[in-house]
Parts: sequence; C-alpha cells; structure tokens
Amino acid sequence: MDSYSLLIAATLNAGTVLALASLGLLINEKVGIVNLGAEGMMLCAAIAGFAAVVHTGNDWLGFAAGAVVGALLAALFGLLVIWLNTNQFATGLALTLFGTGFSAFVGTSYVQARIPERPSFGIPGLADIPVLGPALFRHHPLVYLTVLLALALIWFMYRTRSGLVMRSVGESPESAHALGYPVRLIRLMAVVAGGALCGLAGAYLSIIYTPLWVEGMVSGKGWIALALTTFATWRPARVLLGAYLFGGVTMLQFHLQGIGVDIPSQFLTMLPYLATIVVLALISRNPQWIRINMPASIGKPFYPGS
Amino acid sequence: MLKLEARPQPSGFWSYGSPLLALLVTVVIGVILFIALGKDPVRALEMFFWQPIRNGYALGELMVKATPLLIIALGLAVCFRSNVWNIGAEGQYIIGAIFAGGVALLADKGTGAWIVAPVVLAGIVGGMAWAALTALLRDRFNANEILVSLMLVYVAVQLLSYLVGGPWKDPQGFNFPQTRTFEAATRIPRLFEGSRMSIGVVLALVGVGAIWVFLFRTRAGFAQQVGGLAPAAARYAGFSSRQALWTALLISGGAAGLAGALEVAGPIGQLTAYVPAGYGFAAIIVAYVGRLHPVGMVFSAILMSMFYIGGEMAQSRMGLTKSLTGVFQGLLLFSLLACDTLVNYRLRLGRSGST
Repeated sequence: MDSYSLLIAATLNAGTVLALASLGLLINEKVGIVNLGAEGMMLCAAIAGFAAVVHTGNDWLGFAAGAVVGALLAALFGLLVIWLNTNQFATGLALTLFGTGFSAFVGTSYVQARIPERPSFGIPGLADIPVLGPALFRHHPLVYLTVLLALALIWFMYRTRSGLVMRSVGESPESAHALGYPVRLIRLMAVVAGGALCGLAGAYLSIIYTPLWVEGMVSGKGWIALALTTFATWRPARVLLGAYLFGGVTMLQFHLQGIGVDIPSQFLTMLPYLATIVVLALISRNPQWIRINMPASIGKPFYPGS
Repeated sequence: MLKLEARPQPSGFWSYGSPLLALLVTVVIGVILFIALGKDPVRALEMFFWQPIRNGYALGELMVKATPLLIIALGLAVCFRSNVWNIGAEGQYIIGAIFAGGVALLADKGTGAWIVAPVVLAGIVGGMAWAALTALLRDRFNANEILVSLMLVYVAVQLLSYLVGGPWKDPQGFNFPQTRTFEAATRIPRLFEGSRMSIGVVLALVGVGAIWVFLFRTRAGFAQQVGGLAPAAARYAGFSSRQALWTALLISGGAAGLAGALEVAGPIGQLTAYVPAGYGFAAIIVAYVGRLHPVGMVFSAILMSMFYIGGEMAQSRMGLTKSLTGVFQGLLLFSLLACDTLVNYRLRLGRSGST
C-alpha cells in the first residue's frame, strides 16, 4: 500500500510541472497562438529559479524569477509573432533553440550547486491520515495552487465577460477587431501570461521536483505540455487530468524499476514519449472532432485592417 | 513611433540582405555579451570568424562540420517548403547512425572497402524508416508531425543509449557506453591526405544540385511547393497532399540518416552515446538562414559550422563555455525572423497605427 501512495504522490508532483505549463499554453492557444518555445522558456526559467534560490534561499523568489523570465521570453516571442507577423512555428522553435543554449550557458556555473534542505510540507490534520495522507496531503503548496489555478481559469474563460472576449479573439480575431477589441494587445497579454506559467513550471521543476540544475533537464516536458492541450481538446479540466495522467506515466518507470521489472531502463524512459505519440494519434484520428474543439484562428497571423 | 507598411511586392534586396543583417545583429549582441563577461570581444570574434578559416587544415575541419549540417538542411528545406514541419531530424540522424553502425559492426578484418556502400545505404534507410513513422501517423491518424517527430527524437536517443550500453557494448570498452571501433574498411573514404574531409563533402554538393533540380526544375518539386504555399490551389490542380507529405518526410529522413551514417563511419568511427550532437536542430537554423535555397544553405551551413568550431575554440582558449554556440545559433534564427519583416514590410516613421 505504501508504495502506491508514494506513486500517487510522485504522480501529482510530476503532473504539476506538466499542468502548469500546459495551462499556460492553453491560454496561448485560446487566443490563437501556438508557442513552440515552451521547452526553451521552461529551461531558462528553471535555471533562473534555481539560481535565485541558490543566492537568496527563498523558494518563492525562485518561483517569481522563473515566472518573470518565462513572461519576458514570451513577450519577445509575442512581439515578433503578433506585431512583426513572423511565422509562429519558426519563432517558437527559435525560442526553444535559444533557450536550450542560453540556459546551458548560464547554468554552467550552477551544475554543482545545491539548494538548502527544506522542511517537509503537510496539511495539519490531513497529512497524518494513513495512505491518503502521504499520497495527497504532503505536497508543496504549489501543487494545490495549480488545481486552484485550473478552477480559476475555468471560471474566467467560461463565466466572465473578459473570458468570452479572450475566446472570441481565438475563434475569430476579425470579428473581435470589428467589435473594437484590441486583438493584438489581448493576444500579447495571453502570450505573456502563458509564458509566466511555463516559467513557473520550469522553476518548480528545478527548485522542488528535482531539485537541482542539469543541462536540458526539462527533457521534452514542454513538448508534452504542448501535446496535452490537444489531448484535452482545449479544456482546462481535461488539461489538468491529462497532466496527472502523464505525470503518472513518467513516474511509472521508477515504480516498475522499484518493484524489479526486468526491462532495460532506456525502454522505461521512453514511455512518456511513446505514450504522447500514441495518445496524440488516438485523439487526432477524428479530424472533425479536433476541428470542432480547436480555436479556429490557431496558428494564423492577424493583420488588423487588411 | 515606427510603423510597418506592407510592401506591394516582397523586397528582393532584403530577402538577401536580411540574413546578413541578422548575422550583424547576432555579432553585435555577441560583442555586448563578451564585454559583459569581461572577455576581449576582438579575440572572441577571432575565435569564431578567423580561426576556422585560418589555414587549409582549419578549412577542412570547417567542412567536416558543415557537411552533416548541409545534408540535413537540404532535406529539411524540402519539408519546410512543402509546409511539413519535420523538426525531428535529430532523431532520424541518430537512427541513421544506428543502422549504419549496425552494418559497420558486421565487418571483420577481411572485409573489403565495398562495405562502405551498404553502411551508407543502411543509414539512409534507417533515417527514412524513422521519418516514415511520422508520415504514417500524420497520414493515417492526423497526428501533428511537429510533436510526433520531436517525441521520436527522445525515443531514438534512448534506443541508442540502450544499444551502446547493452547488446552492442564493447566488451573491452571499460564499461563505457560505446561499441568497439569500426574496422578500417568501413571508414568513409577521405578526399586527400592531411584532412579529415571525406567524400561526404562531395555527396553534400551533389545533394545541393539534386535538390535544386528537384525543387526548381521538376513537376514533382513544383507540386510539392504549391502544396506548401497554397493547399487549396494544390488540391484544385490535383496535386496529392498525401504524396507531398510522404515525399518530404522520406527525403528529409533519408538525408538525415545519410548524415548520421557519414558521421559514425567517418569522424567518429564507432557508436557512442555522444553521437547526437544537435546537428538535427542546428540544421533547422541552417535551412532558414539559407532561405530554404540549396545554394544559400551552403553558406549558412559553413556559418553554422563556424559557430560550432568557434564555440570549441572559445572554450579551450578563452575559458568560455561551449554552450555559447547554442546561444548564438538561437539568436541568429531569432534575428533572422525579425529581420525578415523587412522583406514584406517597410519601416516608416509616423504616428502609430491602430492595434
């Protein structure tokens, strides 16, 4: 029983990284922007957050540093894509390539660095329940905040006027523009918010999840987060669910190794990537289903007045 | 406020000028970075732009690195021109290397030099097979090729790691994750003594010609690009988008696989966990900076090779880290995309337009 409650705990932990990044990318895609730079933003944020904690000893400053770095990089991406009308895919790719190089460059002096041990967390009263306590109630506060964030996003997108405007920008920027909404500004705000969340995810990865800096440590989580928005057919609740599911797949390899399954570790490490491919193929199989759910202007540039 | 004004026609001047401007921007940012790091910027620029062309041997080394970049980029240009987003060339390169390495390991002392042909062919087949997975999933299941091809890179890395750490591990290799060194007969023939340049350089240049002819002088190449520029027009003309998808991915997969084969049977000489060197990703930048044009990519591949060699020089001689290469590669693509705005727009000083 104990190993299963640890597996659940590890799943939530790993799922939080994916959930934060994927919710951010969802916000982007809801206004019609695909940011393939997720991986790069997460890497830069991971080293920024880690470095901030090494120097200040304060986790929350680390998270803030990660979010700010993510937001800044996203703003740069946004300016290029939204105002200079550069190709979204190519620009995102440039961001990932730059982020991979830049984080490795900055990170060279932090490879050996360690951050102080932190007291374990626990919700008073609940943390001591057998089985459930270790599985659900001994996590870093950010794990719970991520769930709250998803709920807040659902409320914002589907229950507020601003959320409606945001979605309309993604569905038909021309109509939103004709109604007098500042389409480009809304897109930029969404891109920056999404970048901040990717940054937060990267910082969580290097500060809480690992916690250390390794070159290229995001290892495809940014790309999996991108795939998650499609799996979730662009719904926040499903993004959250999908993130935990994939967190589970990531953790399964350690669990399987732990219970002595005799498969070379490399094949277990492949699991999340293979799972992404399989699920992506299954979900995308029906083009109609994707077309109905996908924000209509996704990936397309918008030129006001043309 | 600066204002963008659409040009009636794309500017011919800027479509050539923008890569140069982008390089200038990258160099300027680089100089600022070096000064900020307290290093002599002139000496740093010398590492990147003079050392690699200093003498014949250095030039040869420049070509050794430019060759895989150019070969992979040639294939990617076909993909990108067809609006097929294969960003997993790194994976196709690795599988090409594995296939080629597998054949090379079959050779023994008595094997003749004919083995080079099957080694190279195996690499091409391996790269094609890996790219075909992406094509199949896109074609049959409508799965996004960006994500699938990228995920397959991680799978390929693990596969390589498994092979060199397990079944193919060199028993006398002190437990390092590597195979035994290949027999001398499998070595890709070199062009001349005193340089590591191999017939790969020749193959790359033949590739430049072949891709040029395919893109600009054949009906198939034309159909391929119409599908990328205007899918509706392509459908109307009866050009199959499925065929374009498969053609693009098989060509680029084969090219990446070829590059992988030339590397493992050439400069590396064995399979190791360090075969993946990021060439597949750097080639994306090569393709864009070279304007997706075969001749343009010759220049951008040489430039990117300078970045690699410069990064290594800066590490060994100035105590900087090699990862500078990645920073500059990313910066170059970023600046290029921004500068490309000038191809389609004019900058005007004036009141800001509506947002």
